[in-house]
Amino acid sequence: MLELSHVCKTFNAGTINEKKALCDLDLHLEPGDFVTVIGGNGAGKSTMLNAAAGVWPVDSGCITIDGTDVTGLPEYKRAKYIGRVFQDPMMGTVPNMQIVENLALAARRGRPRTLKWGVTRSEKEIYHEKLKTLGLGLEDRMTSKVGLLSGGQRQALTLLMASLQKPKLLLLDEHTAALDPATAAKVLELSDSIVQENGLTAMMITHNMRDAIVHGNRLIMMNAGKIILDIRGEEKKHLTKHELLDKFAEIAGVQEETDQVLLS
Amino acid sequence: MAYLQSLNLANLFSRMPAAAAQGLIWGIMALGVYITFRMLDIADLTVDGSFGAGGAVTVMLILAGVPAWAALLAAAAAGILTGLCTGLLHTKLGIPAILAGILTQFALYSINLRIMGQANQTAAIKQYGLIFDAETHGKGFLVSSLYIPQAIAVGLCLSVVLVALFYWYFGTEQGSAIRAAGANPAMIRAQGININTMKVLGLAISNAAVALAGGLMTQFQGTADVNMGRGAVVIGLAAIIIGEVLCDAIFKKGCSFAVRLAFVVLGGVLYYIAMTVILWLRLNPNDLKLFTAVIVAVFLAVPHLQKQARNSFKRAGKSAAQCKKEDSHA
Repeated sequence: MLELSHVCKTFNAGTINEKKALCDLDLHLEPGDFVTVIGGNGAGKSTMLNAAAGVWPVDSGCITIDGTDVTGLPEYKRAKYIGRVFQDPMMGTVPNMQIVENLALAARRGRPRTLKWGVTRSEKEIYHEKLKTLGLGLEDRMTSKVGLLSGGQRQALTLLMASLQKPKLLLLDEHTAALDPATAAKVLELSDSIVQENGLTAMMITHNMRDAIVHGNRLIMMNAGKIILDIRGEEKKHLTKHELLDKFAEIAGVQEETDQVLLS
Repeated sequence: MAYLQSLNLANLFSRMPAAAAQGLIWGIMALGVYITFRMLDIADLTVDGSFGAGGAVTVMLILAGVPAWAALLAAAAAGILTGLCTGLLHTKLGIPAILAGILTQFALYSINLRIMGQANQTAAIKQYGLIFDAETHGKGFLVSSLYIPQAIAVGLCLSVVLVALFYWYFGTEQGSAIRAAGANPAMIRAQGININTMKVLGLAISNAAVALAGGLMTQFQGTADVNMGRGAVVIGLAAIIIGEVLCDAIFKKGCSFAVRLAFVVLGGVLYYIAMTVILWLRLNPNDLKLFTAVIVAVFLAVPHLQKQARNSFKRAGKSAAQCKKEDSHA
């Protein structure tokens, strides 16, 4: 469904702040894959998601979504294929527009914006039913401005928005990081059910090892712009937090050693 | 005392209808400014130039024998071009929006001079007549300072039509996208909307309304001047702010978009009435721009200061001191 091959991206090339964010990255997602992505800060997790979403062009390599080469398409043209939920709950919605208007904007993702009415009556009924499934009571506040919602409510709404027009790829960039543990758990549960019900292909970045193990059918670990661990299926089911932490420490240990070499 | 006695209240009232008529034209211009200022979150300085461009196009076409209503449509089209210019400078060439507006406005001074061939042009109502006169065959002026009741009627009709048009447009898929583009650019890209297209569209529509108002002002006064748009953006902002403050005061729980737009037009009328009162007080007309700037600054500052008063460190510090005092007493 998603194919990244030999993708490279360097930020601030040629300056003192040069950062090789992605180095010859290869990743192939099967349809229906739900991949959790872990890795330390600066490992390239968000960069990989942003490369797929087309936030900026990659330096080299090729990005294919469902057989279509999208490497040369800007973000707004790729949006047709991709649903996204951001880390910052403020980023996924328009605060000064109504809940129903936000949903209507998202339901037309990737379609030309015509002079037809922005929200139709039949749409409103569909949204009412969909909002009910969130279990947050938002179906009774459809004309409220989204700015009045809490962070958790907004993330839930953004998830729903991302799935209204079924995406070929759902990108969740630490979308529960800004929420309290109870709300985060709820939003994760919701993410699971939305991915399953719609049979979506999804990638989710998380810093929570347990979440990374429990959710999805595949787990990848990144370091220094590369995928260094790719566990799927049965093997992932039997993975424990300790094993994962050991792997993590292993890599961190290697880094420590190189640091020592440098310092000595 | 002598000054007070010299003021004639009847004279003030007699000036009100003309003030309202001209205020409606500024209100129509303010509708245009509202789109960029409130929806796109851009302070678009093209306005000073596009207002004059609308006037210049209108007066030259009328002098060339074109019906006044058609000249107005041409003025609006010229306004679209000015908006496109600013929009493309901003989106295609990466010039900050405020600077792109200044550049277009600056260039328009020369262009407006070119259109008119000189600093001002006059098309007298006496020669062309009003659109309601049978003998003009529908070619006459839509508004004129010599026919105030008609000017108010036409101004009101045009305002209603424009408010209705904007209400419809900003309820469509495209209009919703423009509204969202100003509020959350990241989200709008993720929804597959080209934000640059939306900005250019918004700027074009905005300046169309502004240039239309410039054309109306030219018919109202019977003359277009290369300096007629100077300060128009500030007047537009004043109208928006006055209208919004009033709207929020009356509709505490919020109101529909159409009502809000109507209040922006009303803001234009109230602004011009305020200016008329200032002139009636026989203050120096050269000070009008200073008054306008002060009004805009005060109205912009009040919400900010109110918020600060409710939510300031000074106040927190005071209440903390109070708190300590009470603790020590206990």
